[in-house]
Amino acid sequence: MSLDVEGLSVRRGRREVLAPASFALPPGCVAGVVGPNGAGKSSLLAAVAGLLPAEGRVHWQGRPLVPQQVGFLPQCFAVKSRLTVLECLLLGLRESLGWRVQPAQVAAAERMLARLGLSQLSDRPMEALSGGQQQLVLLAQRLLRRPVLLILDEPTSALDLHHQVQVLRHVRAHAEETGGVVLTALHDLTMAARFCDRLLLIEAGTLTAEGPPAEVLDEPRVTRIWRIDIEILASREGHPVIVPH
Amino acid sequence: MTVALAMPGHAIRRETAGRLAMLGAAALVLLALAVTDLVTGPSGMPLGKVLAAFAAGPDGADRGAATILWQLRMPQTLTGVLVGASLGVAGLVMQTILANPLASPYTLGFSAAAGFGAALGIMFGGLLPLAVWIVVPASAFAMTLVACCLIYAIARARGASPEVLVLAGIATLFFFQSLQSLLQFLAAPEVLQQIVFWLFGSLLKSSWTSVQAIFLILCIAAPILARDVWNLTALRLGEANAASLGLDIDRLRRRCFALVALLTAGAVSFTGTIGFIGLIAPHVARRMVGEDHRFALPVAAVLGAVLLVAASVIGKLISPGAVIPVGIITAIAGIPMLLAVILKEGGRR
Repeated sequence: MSLDVEGLSVRRGRREVLAPASFALPPGCVAGVVGPNGAGKSSLLAAVAGLLPAEGRVHWQGRPLVPQQVGFLPQCFAVKSRLTVLECLLLGLRESLGWRVQPAQVAAAERMLARLGLSQLSDRPMEALSGGQQQLVLLAQRLLRRPVLLILDEPTSALDLHHQVQVLRHVRAHAEETGGVVLTALHDLTMAARFCDRLLLIEAGTLTAEGPPAEVLDEPRVTRIWRIDIEILASREGHPVIVPH
Repeated sequence: MTVALAMPGHAIRRETAGRLAMLGAAALVLLALAVTDLVTGPSGMPLGKVLAAFAAGPDGADRGAATILWQLRMPQTLTGVLVGASLGVAGLVMQTILANPLASPYTLGFSAAAGFGAALGIMFGGLLPLAVWIVVPASAFAMTLVACCLIYAIARARGASPEVLVLAGIATLFFFQSLQSLLQFLAAPEVLQQIVFWLFGSLLKSSWTSVQAIFLILCIAAPILARDVWNLTALRLGEANAASLGLDIDRLRRRCFALVALLTAGAVSFTGTIGFIGLIAPHVARRMVGEDHRFALPVAAVLGAVLLVAASVIGKLISPGAVIPVGIITAIAGIPMLLAVILKEGGRR
């Protein structure tokens, strides 16, 4: 396995917001973290990224994970900055930037913008973009870093359906090209089932299920956790489709 | 596709050239103002005599002209340039690390601490076996660093978040202002007059010592800030985003905070409190060259110097006989500028 998480737990004061969680993910895997609001998805992701004080260990290929190996995109927030989209992308290469930005660095940023269909926004200030566009630019910035572990906290929350699919395809392509692992929190269970190889289900701060989407998303469990009456159908490719009644 | 990809690279080169041109233009304005500052003054020395004194050097035959130019005007102008640059840089760094467009070296009470230090030096400096011109700036400098340590200790205990730093700064500001008031209350009338004059903020206290000291501090701060230009730029995208790019924000804040204290201490300990430069220069710099700190920092430095030297020239022109202290000019001119900033920022939201 590439990513090994063992006994990872988070406390806020005396309250345990994440009970010890253990899981392992293979190279090239896209894993979705699902669960109701306030279940502890963001705490799990931030703890794996090393951005939250936590107990337990996170290893990448047998060695402790270091911050430079991680690309973390927090939940959607408004960026109020006059930095241009291209400048924002270049900041993804922060550690290697000098006083003079190298043409190769600009070219790499431009390629990433083109890949995500953002070239036309290149010289626009970040503050002038919509929430969805900002989210795409920040994702492009993280992809430019080529992290071995890409962690995304609800990366599609501000996006229309077209861009949701586009983002999740890019995320999949990233995992396949780099052999890295993607860990992403998603609210849309059908999308999670369609684009993720495995799902981690969090309930009230506890990791209660982990496995392929078809195993994790069974009707009684989804009905119980999300407190809605649903039916699970199958798409043409055999992915679960969650239909609420 | 090829054309679309080629465009941004071209745009970034054009943008860089434009920003360098802005920096050059600001430097030329500064040069023009510095020359104007040198050729004007209460002595009413004609331009020809100033140029002759400049050509003759500090040991020129016309002792009166040489003293006015080399011992009075030159240190005042250079101190104005260096203090303005220090306050411009300190203001920009402060606004970036606190994510607050209204932050300036005054927000954290550094100037109030310097004022208290100077008042202490003026009142009790005579008890020390040192000259008053050394004791007063040294005491102002030391007290600014005490304020810095105080806020730093709070930040260490409670985390260096913008909210903690601003609140600790406001507490420090009121603490030192109240101590300053206490000293003014206790001071004899002639000492009180000296304290009040110091607090005005004036370049008349300048000397070659102040030029050397402030220049040395700028030389210490500049390379450290130069190393952090991309980190400071990343912070403009917001704390969460910068942290998720692997930036240790608390460490960056503490480092920059210490440098801001040093720059402010160096600037105000020789001239007294000069307001608004550290607030206005960063805003104008960001409007001119954007938020890339490779350009914003030097432009804020040059603009800070431009504002202060312009205030000096205006002070001399308004009242040729008795120079109006620059602190008064910057405070009067700064209020409409501050209102413009507030209205502009409000409009952006």
